[in-house]
Amino acid sequence: MKILVAVKRVVDYNVKVRAKADGSGVETTNVKMSMNPFDEIAVEEAIRLQEAGTAKEIVAISLGIAACQDTIRTALAMGADRGILVETEVELQPLAVAKLLQAVVDQEKPDLVILGKQAIDDDANQTGQMLAALLGWPQGTFASKVEVGAGTVNVTREVDGGLETVALKLPAVVTTDLRLNEPRFVKLPNIMKAKKKPLAVFKPADLGVDVAPRLITLKVQEPPKRQAGIKVDSVATLVDKLHNEAHAI
Amino acid sequence: MSILVIAEHDNAVLKAATLNTITAATQLGSDIAVLVAGHGCGAVAEAAAQVAGVKKVLLADAPHYAYQLAENMAALVVSLAGGYSHILAPSTAGGKNTLPRVAALLDVAQISDVIKVESADTFVRPIYAGNVLATVQSKDSVKVMTVRGTAFPAAVAVGGSASIEAAAPAADAGISRFVGQQLTQSDRPELTAARVIVSGGRGMGNGDNFKLLEDVADKMGAAVGASRAAVDAGFVPNDYQVGQTGKVVAPELYVAVGISGAIQHLAGMKDSKVIVAINKDEEAPIFQVADYGLVADLFTAIPELSKELDKLKAAG
Ligand SMILES: Cc1cc2nc3c(=O)[nH]c(=O)nc-3n(C[C@H](O)[C@H](O)[C@H](O)COP(=O)(O)OP(=O)(O)OC[C@H]3O[C@@H](n4cnc5c(N)ncnc54)[C@H](O)[C@@H]3O)c2cc1C
Repeated sequence: MKILVAVKRVVDYNVKVRAKADGSGVETTNVKMSMNPFDEIAVEEAIRLQEAGTAKEIVAISLGIAACQDTIRTALAMGADRGILVETEVELQPLAVAKLLQAVVDQEKPDLVILGKQAIDDDANQTGQMLAALLGWPQGTFASKVEVGAGTVNVTREVDGGLETVALKLPAVVTTDLRLNEPRFVKLPNIMKAKKKPLAVFKPADLGVDVAPRLITLKVQEPPKRQAGIKVDSVATLVDKLHNEAHAI
Repeated sequence: MSILVIAEHDNAVLKAATLNTITAATQLGSDIAVLVAGHGCGAVAEAAAQVAGVKKVLLADAPHYAYQLAENMAALVVSLAGGYSHILAPSTAGGKNTLPRVAALLDVAQISDVIKVESADTFVRPIYAGNVLATVQSKDSVKVMTVRGTAFPAAVAVGGSASIEAAAPAADAGISRFVGQQLTQSDRPELTAARVIVSGGRGMGNGDNFKLLEDVADKMGAAVGASRAAVDAGFVPNDYQVGQTGKVVAPELYVAVGISGAIQHLAGMKDSKVIVAINKDEEAPIFQVADYGLVADLFTAIPELSKELDKLKAAG
């Protein structure tokens, strides 16, 4: 089978993000950027399916500014076979990303599309579901286990009460949760090799997709800071404070 | 303004998150319909009809809604969507699974995790693990959004008298099938509805040690939660995870035990009313948000806490 994996370039999860003073967005100059952690899990899952002999080809796709090529190269260094960048300076919202992915799916005809369940910048948790909707494909979101069978894929999902397993007809969309796998570290020689792997670049217009944002961000601000309280010196004091001061127990 | 709220339920019980979503709906308008889609879920529709503020309950009862698969749910919601200005669902695993699919089929944006309604088209939502809040305006004809339960009080569950109408089921998409589930069994309150939560992190060391937390949790009528590290290590099931990518909670009291306080964890609990941190590292970031911090080894502090709670109870 052929797998398409979507990877997003985001502010690294270790960065403490700040709002710009004028409220127009978040500070991203001189900030470390990385592949969205859930997308690393998506790439890893695709590679494992390839190593198991289930998948033949893995195509990694990113959408956004030219620097997203770095994110694609990381996926290629992990083990993806080739890359696609849909390049635009326009702020891409989930619906636009889903439409662009749909257009690429129409060309590439993968059997499975794997995406992260959410990007840690906009925290939207939408793109996979939207893509599945546009394609009319089934979706296995928040996956903690993916088992490919003949014409089907069983996806075990992390839900509010525990785990749920669904059987989906292929082709299908899967979005990853944290327990699906532990992504491998990229080895240096593979970074060199990744530079030679093919990477095609398209513009949204080439794919005939209108990517104009639907939501306008009016302002971005930091929430009120929680003040640190006091340290107590014993469990007895803690319980006393919780009972008599905070009335919490 | 006409608002459709998608109910969260398990065919037997209307889940509390629906009540918070209904409150968000009341801030948009008074013409509120609740969709109960499931199988053999008449009791849920009855419960929804009692909720204050609800005008109408739409009941779609069919075998292919039994597990609320997103493919079938989205098709149903889209078939009913005409005439509604807003479609809301709670930000639960179910809401997050279905609603983006609905939005894409309607060719509109979806707004995730709304924490404030500014006006009929302007909403506030957290981004970057809640480090910043974005105020967004939607130009779409229909506003499709998930609502963060902790940001809105629960609507009163009784006193209403909405009509219940049968909604025609859409066809079974036939592309997905429920296979099975492994739900965590517990007599403790549900995490997102608990008044008190005791959470353990990597510092707990192993799953067995969580018994220490369960003991104090039971003495406080609390739910038990966990950090990602504790879930990843297999100490506790995935549904215990609190945080940016787990559950968002805001109880009266949150006790973090052996949790360092990574930004991703804080994202899920920093709106708790009172926060207690028990950690042996006095530099742990969790102390920066804690109202009461105790620098101690949890393996001595938690058994002591258990005894002190007994004393408190004995003292009445
Ligand atoms: C994409 C992504 C999503 C994430 N989502 C989440 C999320 O939703 N929720 C979440 O929680 N995390 C999440 N994380 C992980 C997060 O970054 C941290 O790694 C995690 O929260 C750490 O868990 P912890 O505090 O239990 O472990 P650690 O950071 O290892 O902290 C353990 C703490 O226990 C203390 N300790 C150890 N032994 C004892 C003892 N005997 N007595 C007292 N104290 C002791 C230590 O001093 C330390 O402070 C996410 C990370 C990523 C990359």
